[in-house]
Amino acid sequence: MISVGVVGLGKMGMSHLAMIQAHPDVRVGAVVDTTGYVLDVLEKYTGLPTFRDVDAALAKVELDALIIATPTRLHAPMVRQALEHGLGVFCEKPLCMSAADSAGLAGLARQRGLVTQVGYHNRFVGAFREVKRLLDAGAIGRVTHLAAEAYGPVVLRAKGSTWRSRREEGGGALYDYAAHPLDLLTWYAGAPNAVGGTVLGSVFSADTEDEVYSTLYYPDGSHAQLSVNWSDESYRKMTTMITISGTAGRIHADRQEVQLYRRDTAPELPGYERGWTVKYTTELTDPVWFYLRGEEYSAQLDHFVQRVARGDTAGTNTFDSAALTDRALELLTLDAAKGPSTRDEAAAAPDATRRGSRRQRA
Amino acid sequence: MSDYRMDRLLFGDNQFFGVNHMSEEKARSQAMRFQHIDAVMDVLDAAYDEGITTFMCTTHDRIAAVADRVRADPGRYDRFTFFPGMPYAHKYADAVTENGMLGAVRRFLPEEGLINAAVRGGRSLARKDVEGIITLLVDAEMRMFSGLRTPVIWLQNVVVDMLLGLGFTEAFTIFARHVRRRYDAEPGFITMNLPMLLDSLDAAGLENPIVCANINKIGFRMSGGLEGYQRALETRRFRAVAMSAFASGAIPPREAIEWIAEQPHIESIVFGASTREHIRSTRLLVDELIPR
Repeated sequence: MISVGVVGLGKMGMSHLAMIQAHPDVRVGAVVDTTGYVLDVLEKYTGLPTFRDVDAALAKVELDALIIATPTRLHAPMVRQALEHGLGVFCEKPLCMSAADSAGLAGLARQRGLVTQVGYHNRFVGAFREVKRLLDAGAIGRVTHLAAEAYGPVVLRAKGSTWRSRREEGGGALYDYAAHPLDLLTWYAGAPNAVGGTVLGSVFSADTEDEVYSTLYYPDGSHAQLSVNWSDESYRKMTTMITISGTAGRIHADRQEVQLYRRDTAPELPGYERGWTVKYTTELTDPVWFYLRGEEYSAQLDHFVQRVARGDTAGTNTFDSAALTDRALELLTLDAAKGPSTRDEAAAAPDATRRGSRRQRA
Repeated sequence: MSDYRMDRLLFGDNQFFGVNHMSEEKARSQAMRFQHIDAVMDVLDAAYDEGITTFMCTTHDRIAAVADRVRADPGRYDRFTFFPGMPYAHKYADAVTENGMLGAVRRFLPEEGLINAAVRGGRSLARKDVEGIITLLVDAEMRMFSGLRTPVIWLQNVVVDMLLGLGFTEAFTIFARHVRRRYDAEPGFITMNLPMLLDSLDAAGLENPIVCANINKIGFRMSGGLEGYQRALETRRFRAVAMSAFASGAIPPREAIEWIAEQPHIESIVFGASTREHIRSTRLLVDELIPR
């Protein structure tokens, strides 16, 4: 039995709390939020021990681990505090808004031998795990290109009153949405050594971006494209897709299914024919102790709980792994700020005979 | 209404809203096909004419249009019965993202007409008393079914399982009391964690509750395990409604229904279908394998 605290009762924090509270190996030792109202209701009806800040909780309760689901800008100091207190930390994604902070925290955790994890739940989706397994088995030969996409109906009008609509607090489609497909790319292809053509576009938001498009380059010569739009109402909910091309075939996956095409040149692989094979979530998903909103959310928390109980610092979505994704997020931000790299100088010249004036500003 | 007997087959609505647990492609093609309410009504009519007269539905805005059609033609739909399930979770989840937890609650409290609602909600907010808020949200969701038959009212699984996880069992009691008093309906609870929920409903003092859960031969999305579910069906007193009996198509229809027929105490099966042929074949299978 381990004792866990949960900080931040927004959408993610509340759902983490419900799942972790139902976990047979966990006792919830503290629930922390600055909004007294939600906290008071929770205490009144569930009897959970509540605190207005982390200091008060740490002073009063003996904890083994902390789940942090506050707005992103608060992650770095809070994670540091927890690590310095000797706690295992599960932090919502992205880990930090600065890649240097993420790397520093990963180093601190390593040095102190603490269990860490970041909430990139897609790595616990059966179909996406299967993609990783297929790549590790060389199922489509040498990978040449990856496409990672995510679309959904999050921001559909020009308003919004929470931190999610403010870039300086970690809001926006890059940190809040694109981080997910980008983390899948990190998982499948490793850390990019260059990025280009990044566009952080606004559809409705005044203070942050709603679209993210970019090209990523990897040391082995492969490349990837990222395409994200969270202002797309044609999707009922967030939909993440991965397409990977290789010399011996192609993989397409979303959270429901894996579609694999393998050429005759592909190596033998049990369970997969040459030509098309389709596997569905029903056969790719392991059961969980408690289901709230997708097996992956339960599975990632169970992974964390088991690792804390064993003191196992290795695992899926450690700070070291999340720091790579945070660095990639930072590269995208830097690249987008530069604007387009190749301009049509002829079109821009005053006596241009072609299409008239420039239509787009950097 | 506690003696209300549910039909053996209930018709679900996932197919109308692009929800498919197997394939995004299939989900999208269904969303296209059911873009217009006429296409939805055609399928509902087909089910109704097959004798499947109970529609277990969400409170999606488009269901309001279905309710209007049914209300407008009482002759055609004299036996048409709604089992509304609330809340329509995405609506709230998106609102929480946009406005935060409290902002979302405020946004969905009924605005017009009900002065008493404002008092109920305002006082509840101030007293940190959730009863007023829960009952207001239920009333807001039920408005579209005004004048229609709703003998069972469901609490959707995302909310049930959230409350279950948090240990917020009093909310179940509040919900049950309100739908019984105000709508003369039986409360129903949808869950992905059947054995755990039954314990919680017991603790809340809700006897012989109506509970809907995935119940299928392969144990798909049955938290607590296939054996845990079978033990619950054998030993616990509750009224089971099986959903996802075909596990999103992973189990062939006959095999799926044969297995359901072997399980004790399943009162109803809820299923979705997009064509008259599919509806009829499911009804024929159930008539054959689970005669009543």
